[in-house]
Amino acid sequence: MSFDAWLPAAILLSSMIPGMLIFLLSEESHRLRTALNMTGALVKLGLVIWMIGGVYDGQRYETRWTLSPGLDLVLSADALSVLFVALSTLLWLVTTIYAIGYLEHSPNRSRFFGFFSVCVSATVGIALSGNLLTFVIFYEILTLATYPLVAHRGTPDAAHGAKVYLAYTMGGGALLLVGAIWLQALVGPVEFTQGGILGVSPEEIRMELILIFFVLLAGLGVKAALVPLHGWLPQAMVAPAPVSALLHAVAVVKAGAFGIVRVVYDVYGVEFAYANGLLLALGILASVTIIYGSMMALTQDSLKKRLAYSTVSQVSYIALGASIFGPIATIGGMVHLVHQGLMKITLFFCAGNYAEALGVHKVSEMDGVGRRMPWTSLAFTVGALGMIGVPPVAGFVSKWYLGLGAADAGSNWVIGVLIVSSLLNAAYFLPILHRAWFRPAPKQWPQEHRHAGRLEIAGALLWPPVITAVLALSAGLFAAAPFSPLEWASLIAEREYGR
Amino acid sequence: MIDALPLSVTLPLLGAFAVTVWPAHARALGLLAAVLTAASALTVTAAVWTEGVLRADLGGWGAPLGIALEADGLSAAFLSMANTVALAISVYAGGYFKRESARHFWPLWLLLWSALNGLFLAADLFNLYVTLELLGLSAAALGALTGTREAVAANLRYLLVGLLGSMSYLLGVALVYTAYGVLDIGLVAEAIEPGPVAWTAMTLMISGLILKAALFPMHFWLPPAHANAPAPVSAALSALVVKAAFYLVLRLWLDVFAPVLNEAAANLLGILGAAAVVWGSWRALRAERLKLLAAYSTVAQMGYLFIAFPLLAATPPGLARDNLLAAVVLLALTHGFAKAGFFLAAGMVQKTAGHDRIDELGGAAQALPAATFAIGLAGVALIGLPPSGTFLAKWMMLEQAMILGLWWWLVVMMIGTLLAAAYIFRVLSRAFNREPTPYRFVNDARTELPALLLGLIATFGLGIAAQPLWALLEQGAFG
Amino acid sequence: MTNQVLFAQLLYGGSGILLILLGLWSFLVHAPLLRKLIAINVMGAGVFHILVAIAYRGIETPPDPVPHALVLTGIVVAVSATALALAFGKRLDQDADPG
Repeated sequence: MSFDAWLPAAILLSSMIPGMLIFLLSEESHRLRTALNMTGALVKLGLVIWMIGGVYDGQRYETRWTLSPGLDLVLSADALSVLFVALSTLLWLVTTIYAIGYLEHSPNRSRFFGFFSVCVSATVGIALSGNLLTFVIFYEILTLATYPLVAHRGTPDAAHGAKVYLAYTMGGGALLLVGAIWLQALVGPVEFTQGGILGVSPEEIRMELILIFFVLLAGLGVKAALVPLHGWLPQAMVAPAPVSALLHAVAVVKAGAFGIVRVVYDVYGVEFAYANGLLLALGILASVTIIYGSMMALTQDSLKKRLAYSTVSQVSYIALGASIFGPIATIGGMVHLVHQGLMKITLFFCAGNYAEALGVHKVSEMDGVGRRMPWTSLAFTVGALGMIGVPPVAGFVSKWYLGLGAADAGSNWVIGVLIVSSLLNAAYFLPILHRAWFRPAPKQWPQEHRHAGRLEIAGALLWPPVITAVLALSAGLFAAAPFSPLEWASLIAEREYGR
Repeated sequence: MIDALPLSVTLPLLGAFAVTVWPAHARALGLLAAVLTAASALTVTAAVWTEGVLRADLGGWGAPLGIALEADGLSAAFLSMANTVALAISVYAGGYFKRESARHFWPLWLLLWSALNGLFLAADLFNLYVTLELLGLSAAALGALTGTREAVAANLRYLLVGLLGSMSYLLGVALVYTAYGVLDIGLVAEAIEPGPVAWTAMTLMISGLILKAALFPMHFWLPPAHANAPAPVSAALSALVVKAAFYLVLRLWLDVFAPVLNEAAANLLGILGAAAVVWGSWRALRAERLKLLAAYSTVAQMGYLFIAFPLLAATPPGLARDNLLAAVVLLALTHGFAKAGFFLAAGMVQKTAGHDRIDELGGAAQALPAATFAIGLAGVALIGLPPSGTFLAKWMMLEQAMILGLWWWLVVMMIGTLLAAAYIFRVLSRAFNREPTPYRFVNDARTELPALLLGLIATFGLGIAAQPLWALLEQGAFG
Repeated sequence: MTNQVLFAQLLYGGSGILLILLGLWSFLVHAPLLRKLIAINVMGAGVFHILVAIAYRGIETPPDPVPHALVLTGIVVAVSATALALAFGKRLDQDADPG
């Protein structure tokens, strides 16, 4: 077989193989483990860059493996999958660096990094899935691989958080499985196809298809943290900071949102979904989630919990974009997949740094952290402003396209949702920034660990948020540049609508 | 090539003699016999795959008097699973048993193995009875190996229930012989025609077998018997012995009673299976001991297999039915690997902790990454999560159920799946606790690797590379 | 002649069925091990009766050898099973009555 047929599998294996090897390492082989991690991440990045170029030129990459007659495991690359693959690969690299710094001297690192790699492999598998069966397979593997990470600390809190996480995601996975099997029994193997495959379905199964849509949506909505299926996300914040980054930005919630986009565009087809009122239902669900998440974030004093509710709200922008009929809103939703990832990972890294260096876990303890940890706080500020939608940070671009798309499609109420949610975003982020920069620092921090070097904290912990903040800023500043997330999202929208 | 057929039955028998005569070398001789038996059984599988159905008439006596062995795709599939698992169990047992208990273990174990291979290969109904009895006797004797009161009592019950099942089966055989004058499976299948005699015979034989397969509500004997046996024996009982009874039901259903079947019988088996799935999973969730959990999980997993019968009955012959049959076989094989892996790993954890109370397993589970991984991998297959063979099999069964419009089987299977996830993760969550432990992936290669390997086969091997099964079943098993 | 054969077969077979039913009843109703074990053996005897009845083809004709072979094998199996069950029972008795 040619290289093209192996590239998707190679991208998957570039993190899977190091992960498997890491499990076998003893706890002390710090260097070898780091070498394996970094090699995997860099090889993956190289392969993904290769793939981006190819997909842009219209090259087709597909790995197909027959599991049983009629059931194929398909990994293939289209513009949408590349968007997600690129995001998770890039953020995995950064998160790995952060995690190496964060977990230094803590126990059970082999187990942690092993599952960490499997987790990213599953995410890449989700992104590259070429049919619904493959998607379900990797979606479930992702659940399995994240459970040990959430439970990693082994405290009663962690055990409880992990249990809640598992109950939600297993339930969601079961619904997704039911929906997928039901759909496949009706229409045969469901291959993801630009423009969808159900547009030509016979009239008499229409009701069943609509019902299946909601079953699938419920299954995907658990990971995407759609209200009322979001309950696990705030609980799961007991996990170590790199895991939170993974859950909120790189893998889990993104997998849910990505799945919704896939189902709307490449299974049902946006026209079918629009004609049958599915888009409206999704839009309402997304809007409710956006407002509810923001309101909940407002009341949280725990920094990580506030960020978690913020994720509930922000991830639904992606679903919102998918729910508005028209290419402009699609661009807004798709690009937010990347933008939210960049901004949210920055915020979680920073939250981890505050906890690590100062023992600060609560918003009310953040007075004066700006002067004490300027670089971290600067990155945090960029992320927070982006979330609110202040130009020129990336979040602005997302919201701009969403609003424009809504106006274009005549869904003016969506603009109302965007305005209200932005106000709420401001209401829960600006007080944090005010505390950080304009309030005096307390005499003593809750639990301070002074770093020996010149930096405010170890380099492995400082550079990742700084880098992601710079990326979030550049994604907004250079939105019009070739290969920017925005340009790529436009390419996807063009291909989805350009039949 | 043809000689491998009788060899896979006689080699373990010879081995059993050898370890009885030279008990001092029980372990070495036993392992040698294990390797040779597994090799000959796998040779049979390979030969069926390449050459088609194999048949051997021992001593040159043909039907109806002689002992005939026959291997088609179905028997070869079960044979290869059983022998791989049995080899892993043997290696594990080599490290698990001390000198004294090894002396008792090996003869019985090899006898059981011989009966098992004989059962998969027997070509007539009476030889099946003999192997079935031999299997039941050696299994009960092995199960009571620890000699504790609970184990002996449980296995006495198992023995008596098994005898009852065999009696019922034998009576059915007598009826078949009265009516048709033949016992060879192929000849009976040609002669059989619908009528009260055939129905009675079928009812007697299948009732006897589902008693041995521990189908709900006849499962009561299984949990205490399987949970109180030594780990390698539990693995063999749960993964292989009950599976052999299921194999026989399937074999009779497909090859002997096909013209006599009706949907009511199929639905009855399916409903009992559904009840087994729900009840077994629920009891597994409530179990306080790891091995009892695994035993109830076997009750549930046997239930899934019987849900196949109404689906098979409702599907017209053709590609869809062949795929369904393959899915059922895949489910049975995956469960064999997974359950054996689970019990072997659980045995390691039990040995390290000194007990198997789930709530207090924390330290032991964390100190044994390889065993915990084996439990995890086997658990993934038991739940039916991807990429295990169970996932693939369940997907195919459920898709067919939905095509037929029989959606309630999907509901039952999903309930079972969620309950299974709950009881498996109840165990796995114990592997995360705060005390840092020195991390060494493998602590005792001889016992941990076989368990890990079985888990890997169940989860990755049969999930991703199940294709050969279809090629194998092409040989005489597909309609 | 044929009637005779049929009568003999019915007599034997019928008593076989009776034995099986008796054995089954006894097995299900009585708890003590020994009674269960005897019940199983009675059932077995019933099944063997039926097999012998099947084999009978009149005084002049030699009987069908196949059912006879089955009965012989069956007896061997039944004896071993009974022995094992008794061994288990003995073990339980020892436990119950130490000393």
